[in-house]
Amino acid sequence: MASDTIAQGAAEEAKVGMPQLDFATFPNQIFWLVLALIVLYFIVAKVILPRIGGVLEERHAMISDYLAQASDFKKQAEEAEAEYETALKQARGEAQEIAAKTKAEIQKELDKAVAKADAEIAAKTAESEQAIAVIRESAAENVREVATATAGEVVMALMPSVSDDAAVKKAVTARMKG
Amino acid sequence: MAENAVEEAVAGGAKLNVYPMKQFEVTPLFGEGPIHWYTPTNVTLWLGIAIVAIVLLMVLTTRKRAVVPGRGQSIAEVLYSFVRSMVVDITGEAGLKYFPYIMTLFLLILFTNVLSILPYSYTVMSQIAVTGALALAVFISVTVIGFVKNGPGFLKIFWISEAPMALRPVLAIVELISYFVRPVSHSIRLAGNMMAGHAVIKVFAGFAAVLAAYTPLGLGLLAPIGGIMAVIGLEMLVVVIQAYVFTILTCVYLNDALHPGH
Repeated sequence: MASDTIAQGAAEEAKVGMPQLDFATFPNQIFWLVLALIVLYFIVAKVILPRIGGVLEERHAMISDYLAQASDFKKQAEEAEAEYETALKQARGEAQEIAAKTKAEIQKELDKAVAKADAEIAAKTAESEQAIAVIRESAAENVREVATATAGEVVMALMPSVSDDAAVKKAVTARMKG
Repeated sequence: MAENAVEEAVAGGAKLNVYPMKQFEVTPLFGEGPIHWYTPTNVTLWLGIAIVAIVLLMVLTTRKRAVVPGRGQSIAEVLYSFVRSMVVDITGEAGLKYFPYIMTLFLLILFTNVLSILPYSYTVMSQIAVTGALALAVFISVTVIGFVKNGPGFLKIFWISEAPMALRPVLAIVELISYFVRPVSHSIRLAGNMMAGHAVIKVFAGFAAVLAAYTPLGLGLLAPIGGIMAVIGLEMLVVVIQAYVFTILTCVYLNDALHPGH
């Protein structure tokens, strides 16, 4: 059994040698190679190369388009930035102006209110002074009446014979003035 | 008796189980019998598989024509740009007319070579018949293009005008010989490289069987298997480089035909 295998192996080895040099197979290999080359050539030339070449070209065009667009956008952005800064400066100036104006208006109103309050205070003071004067007047009158009555009574009690109301009144008035 | 038989078998195996060249045999795909020129063989099968693989990688992945490529399309584009820049760098814009054929050559050699690393696959480019036909096709077409484009001026590639006058006839003979040796070196370089690496892998595989039988627990087979792995790693490099070398030499020869002045 084993020797059979060995013999077979030896035979095969003898047969094998270098199979590449078995010229009987050359026409077959060359035929299939040429067929494969023709098929592959058409696939490469008609499908693969136009397709990949087209994709690469398209990408190239697209990238240069995008680059141009990007530089456009950059310019636009720069312009917008400049505009924004101008607007900002303007707005700041306006804001300062409005603030100053508002401040002035408030000051004016404040002044007006203060003046009005002062006038009201002055009016109230005058009124009060008047009332106080009236009160004081009536108080002095009352004092004179009481003094005249009291003096008349005192004179009556001391010297009933000389009782003279007019004289007493005169005397009291003179005294009060003094 | 039984032990004896086993020993004999092992000894026989050590000597006879290594057939590094058997993998290169051309065999019919269906049944036995003689190989006619039209018989489908393992060469046919692996050329076909290579073409299917090329269609899968280069056509199917690019069918969306995506501007932002996916992984498959990126690979296809890299292969395209690689070969195209090789053609333009070596032959100039004039060579772009022949770009489809050079791309065809490169893809066919690259894919059959890479597929040949697979276990149980067939190494199409180890066949002298195949590489010889490819190299002869390049040689003949380059010579025809040279004469069509330049007329008799193509012969200037043999007449080196920079050399001293006395040396020119001698150099012309050397150049003439080297010109006709081109297809030989062109084809044998590719076939030889492909054959050697794959044969070495088979030899190591034979060692593995023998060492497994002669060492305790069969641990001895680890060394040849490590060797096989190392050689396969090397082969991955070699198969790509050989495809590249064949293609770049085609470009160099084409450049001679397009611009014969040295």
